[in-house]
Amino acid sequence: MEPVIELDGLEVRFGGRPILKKLNASLTGRSIGLLGPNGAGKSTLLNTLLGFHKPFSGTARVLGRDIRTHAREVRGWIGYMPENDAFIASMTGVRFVRLMAELAGLPPEQALERAHEAFFYVGLGEVRYRTLGTYSLGMKQSAKLAQAIAHGPKLLFLDEPTNGLDPPARARMIALIQEIRDRGDLRLILSSHLLRDVEECCDQVLILKDGNIAAHCDLEEERRSNRRFLELETRGASNGNFLEALEKLGCETAQGAQGRTKLVLPEGLEIRRLYELAAEQNVQIRRLNHKRDSLEDIFLKAMEAADGRL
Amino acid sequence: MAVYKKTYRPYEGRLTASWSRFLVIRRYAFEDLRRSRFLTVFYLASFLYPLIAALIIWVQHNASALQLLNLNGASRLVPINAGFFMTVLGWQSMLALFLSAFVGPGQVSPDLTNNALSLYLARPFSRAEYVLGKLSVLLILLSLMTWVPGLLLFGLQGYLEGWSWMTDHARIAAGLFFGAWIWILVLALLALSLSAWVKWRPAAGALLFGVFFVGSGFGAAINTVQETQWGSLLNISNLMGTVWVQLFEGNDPTSNGALFFRVSAGGHLPVWCCWAALLILCGICLSMLSRKIRGAEVVR
Repeated sequence: MEPVIELDGLEVRFGGRPILKKLNASLTGRSIGLLGPNGAGKSTLLNTLLGFHKPFSGTARVLGRDIRTHAREVRGWIGYMPENDAFIASMTGVRFVRLMAELAGLPPEQALERAHEAFFYVGLGEVRYRTLGTYSLGMKQSAKLAQAIAHGPKLLFLDEPTNGLDPPARARMIALIQEIRDRGDLRLILSSHLLRDVEECCDQVLILKDGNIAAHCDLEEERRSNRRFLELETRGASNGNFLEALEKLGCETAQGAQGRTKLVLPEGLEIRRLYELAAEQNVQIRRLNHKRDSLEDIFLKAMEAADGRL
Repeated sequence: MAVYKKTYRPYEGRLTASWSRFLVIRRYAFEDLRRSRFLTVFYLASFLYPLIAALIIWVQHNASALQLLNLNGASRLVPINAGFFMTVLGWQSMLALFLSAFVGPGQVSPDLTNNALSLYLARPFSRAEYVLGKLSVLLILLSLMTWVPGLLLFGLQGYLEGWSWMTDHARIAAGLFFGAWIWILVLALLALSLSAWVKWRPAAGALLFGVFFVGSGFGAAINTVQETQWGSLLNISNLMGTVWVQLFEGNDPTSNGALFFRVSAGGHLPVWCCWAALLILCGICLSMLSRKIRGAEVVR
């Protein structure tokens, strides 16, 4: 798959202080999560890709175009939903989104049509003629998403899209992001310090810590491989016959305490076969867990590394 | 596509020319300004003086009108010369200051107040285009108030007086055009830069007046206390007056400016110093804008 973003020794400094420290990575996912604690450099990375900050050294490429030499072209492909409030309070929602779409290059008529569509799409159709200053926090977040997608970008930058949202509003926002992702018309970069947001929306994750890349992993691959790891809790399997039978099926097994067994399923073996085997051996499977190395595990491991590098 | 379908779709239509995007900002700003009844009335009223000036020119060239009004000697009372046009420009320029104080603060500050700049600049749209878009609002409004009516009056006078008058007094036309543009640029840049730094609109408007009136008062105080003339560098109307006199009358001036833009007694400065001071003022404004007009603010 064509890389969405390539970081090539990218270094950004503010007042001589390095904020991003010679980052190297190639991000190819359909939806990429930027994860890290506050101050890790996530927003700075997005802002640098948008051309708001000049790289001190190195460069980055967005969809194959160098941000140093093709900044304008790159920005033409991007829809950006910033972290903080960003709107003009005295403008109606639809007029504001239309203005932003026109600035992205859409002719006025198309911009107006798409502004209306975007507002309906994010669920603000009924309030699109209200001034943005009167919107609630959740509505402002949705309006920011509307302006980010109105011009039909190839790449969507979402910076902390669920910031300050209550649980129902967060669920709606996540559902919208998932829907946009699943349509496959655009790629998205989601920056967040919330693991759950990234886990629910992204198939690849770049974890930043103190301006370094602490981890870069393919969540989709992790999920696929984790599906083969199981943890069983059984009753009546104390004589070891059950373990032997599992190994005969090709499973790698390890006996834990209190009737727990960890095993790795071989390719082609379905979980149903384990239940059949247990029935044959007169063993009860009381619990079966996919023992995933979750994003939380990956994140915590990355954070434990002393300088943020794994 | 109908809005009820509520779905996301990519845009595959044509795009507008890249160079024309700054015009979008101007169009939206004018739509906003049109909603202000006060501004509309003020703007229309600002053309009253040029209309009176046009009437004066017409009456002076209409023997029957003069006879009817029993004003046979009026042509000697109000001579149509450089001073006449400088007075028109001076009056209109003062109104332009009021207009800038009203319109200018509303240009940049609303975008800064709620961080909208990051959205503008995340598009294929540069900081220079943003400033140009905002600047063009003031440039157009102020042009229509100053040099456009000035040149129309000059054209009317030339039409009634004859082609030779126009060629003989071409310097007046150049003075009107360039003199007004300098003032417009100074005003527009100052209004925008103050709007970028002072987010509260009334304060930004008041500050614009402050720069002119407090600056001139402070300059006069320096002149008095230090027994010098260099304090006049802080007096923008003095600087403009000096530049206008040179533009309208060349190196042998017969007047000291007009109305609010007179060279004050004891405030005579070398013309090049006035040009330099105005240029520096514009440079400072651009630098102020450059520091504030950014996609993301860096907290060092």
